[in-house]
Amino acid sequence: MIATAQRSLGQRFLSGLATPSGAVFVLLVVLLIGVIAMNPNFAEPGQLVRFLSRTAPIAIAAIGQFFVIVSGEFDLSMGAVIATQVVIAGNVIGQDEAMILRGIALMLAVGVVVGVVNGLLTTVAKVPSFIATLGMMLALYGFVRFLTGGAATGNPVDSFREIGRGALFGVVPYPVLILLAVGLLAWLVMRAPFGQTLLAVGDNPVTARLAGTRLVLVKTSAFVLSSLAATVAGILLVGYAGVHPSVGQGYEFQAITAVVLGGAVLGGGRGWVLSAAAGAISLELLFTLLNIAGIDATWRPTVQGAIIIAAVALGAVAWRSARKPKPSRPAGATGPAGTASIPTTTTRSGER
Amino acid sequence: MSAVVGARPVRRRRLSTTAIVFIVLAAVLVLSAVLVTAAGKPFFTAGNLAAVLTLMSILGFVAIGQTLVIIAGSLDLSVPYVVSTASIIGAGVMAQGPAGIVPGVLAALAVSAGIGAVNGLIVTGLRVHGFIATLGVGLIISGWLGTSFQGSFGSAPPEFRVIGATLIAGVPLSTIIMLACAALAALLLHRTRLGHHLYAVGGSASVARLSGVRTKVPVVVAHALCSMLAGLAGLLLLARTSVGSPTIGSQGGYDLMSIAAVVLGGTLLAGGVGSVLGTIGGVAIFAVLDNVMSVLEVNPFLKDFIRGSVIVLAVALYAWRSVQRRPPRFRPGKEAAP
Repeated sequence: MIATAQRSLGQRFLSGLATPSGAVFVLLVVLLIGVIAMNPNFAEPGQLVRFLSRTAPIAIAAIGQFFVIVSGEFDLSMGAVIATQVVIAGNVIGQDEAMILRGIALMLAVGVVVGVVNGLLTTVAKVPSFIATLGMMLALYGFVRFLTGGAATGNPVDSFREIGRGALFGVVPYPVLILLAVGLLAWLVMRAPFGQTLLAVGDNPVTARLAGTRLVLVKTSAFVLSSLAATVAGILLVGYAGVHPSVGQGYEFQAITAVVLGGAVLGGGRGWVLSAAAGAISLELLFTLLNIAGIDATWRPTVQGAIIIAAVALGAVAWRSARKPKPSRPAGATGPAGTASIPTTTTRSGER
Repeated sequence: MSAVVGARPVRRRRLSTTAIVFIVLAAVLVLSAVLVTAAGKPFFTAGNLAAVLTLMSILGFVAIGQTLVIIAGSLDLSVPYVVSTASIIGAGVMAQGPAGIVPGVLAALAVSAGIGAVNGLIVTGLRVHGFIATLGVGLIISGWLGTSFQGSFGSAPPEFRVIGATLIAGVPLSTIIMLACAALAALLLHRTRLGHHLYAVGGSASVARLSGVRTKVPVVVAHALCSMLAGLAGLLLLARTSVGSPTIGSQGGYDLMSIAAVVLGGTLLAGGVGSVLGTIGGVAIFAVLDNVMSVLEVNPFLKDFIRGSVIVLAVALYAWRSVQRRPPRFRPGKEAAP
């Protein structure tokens, strides 16, 4: 630990890249270079920004899912929350511009309620989060489809949809700005005492509780953050996908994939929130790459499946090697000599 | 299972979770009978009971396998794609006529078992969380299914389709096969070394390891058996629909529903505690609910809402009291819970 504090910023940056949460950024850059090499047009700022704007909803969902996963739980209700919010936007806001603010307030309130219910079911009723959020998912999907009859319904007023497809001064799309804002907020939250507590709860709930953490409050807040992120993703998705009860379907698994690709460990306690967003963007870049390479879209799931297994398998190796030799951190592999205070054996230093 | 007798006097006998599952099932049955009768329709008819039992069979197969995997502390999200794969392979081989039935069944089961073994090896060898490993394998298979097969594929000869249509004493043959598999799985869990090792590994892999149990073998076997049972479910669906379909598994949503049924049956999602009998109870609760809702012509979308609420309520009911309790197997003076 002392060694960490003494290391220079550059060394810390390099050793950070060697962890799974850092490696995803390397993956992102490699994929980006790959895409640009195959399609130079992609490097144009306009194209890049448009890509980022398309990725914003899933990246925001991944950030939300991160809070839940890092606290050691799952949120499977995310896709259903998105669908619910989309349908609420269509029905409540409708063609009435005056309802936009009230509609957004209602959607946020619904998001908070869903999160609180998920959290209380998990913490107070002791239902495993997998089941609690699965039940919430079934209930919300059923409710949404019951309301809409399973078909697309009227889109909300265009000025509301602008949030998802408009751009500030016609240059920077709102989704990108919102993604940046959400990312910044999430980063601050994870740096704040709350975020550190969340990590502690995910790593070892027993010690966290014995240390005086209010598990119910902390975990419920994580679920609330997750469904609020789903709400924001839903607001963005109304913009270009319109109102349909199937909007958002599969987002929960997509978000979990992104979080895991970002180096977070299922079971909690490890990960960096911005890596989750980077994981989501990498996944979309990968799909773009496959698209450009002319591979059938039907192969997408196969690639996605292989990637997450590989990422988690490598990540497991890396986290284990980062954890085991406490005195000499694996930084010795990337940083120059003189970092480790005790020069013990660094047999695992070759692994990333 | 309620016949366990304590060595020391127990002031307030606690019901086992399996007993609660069946009490819930009985309550659901009574409530359904009342509701259906109030709507002016008969409930306890041979035809309706056969319908409930048929509903049970497919999910039952998947849920039995899922029970084994969950007891071992893992999870299987790839089952819907294994179901589809088995139905495709079975239909492909059987397309040549009755002579293809046996090779078709064997090929489908072998491929399923292979997928399961891969799942298990990824979980144990690469130390990937079961959730991710099986999600990944499921995605890999679904990409292959989606690319190689558009629409239905192959066909089942009439001799094979008989399995899907036969009733023995009012009970569908598919349900009898499912119950036989359940009995075998229960036997495996409670009467064999492998079964005890499954509980041990699921309860605490490191304690099992320190006690000299090979922790990898039970997990791999559980995954292989789970996928084989999913393959059986796919073959039965084939017998019912007579053509192989690449989407039949994912349409059924067997991954999440089977996990829900297992947990509804009192098995701990964390592993180490649970029983096949409870799972059958959980599956039966789902089947009765489904049946009642279709008899009463409840809006299909409202069904999901009710299903979701029932899952959460039921699990809350016994999660609430059983999580902190040590599994009864380890209590002195008590017999092993069945």
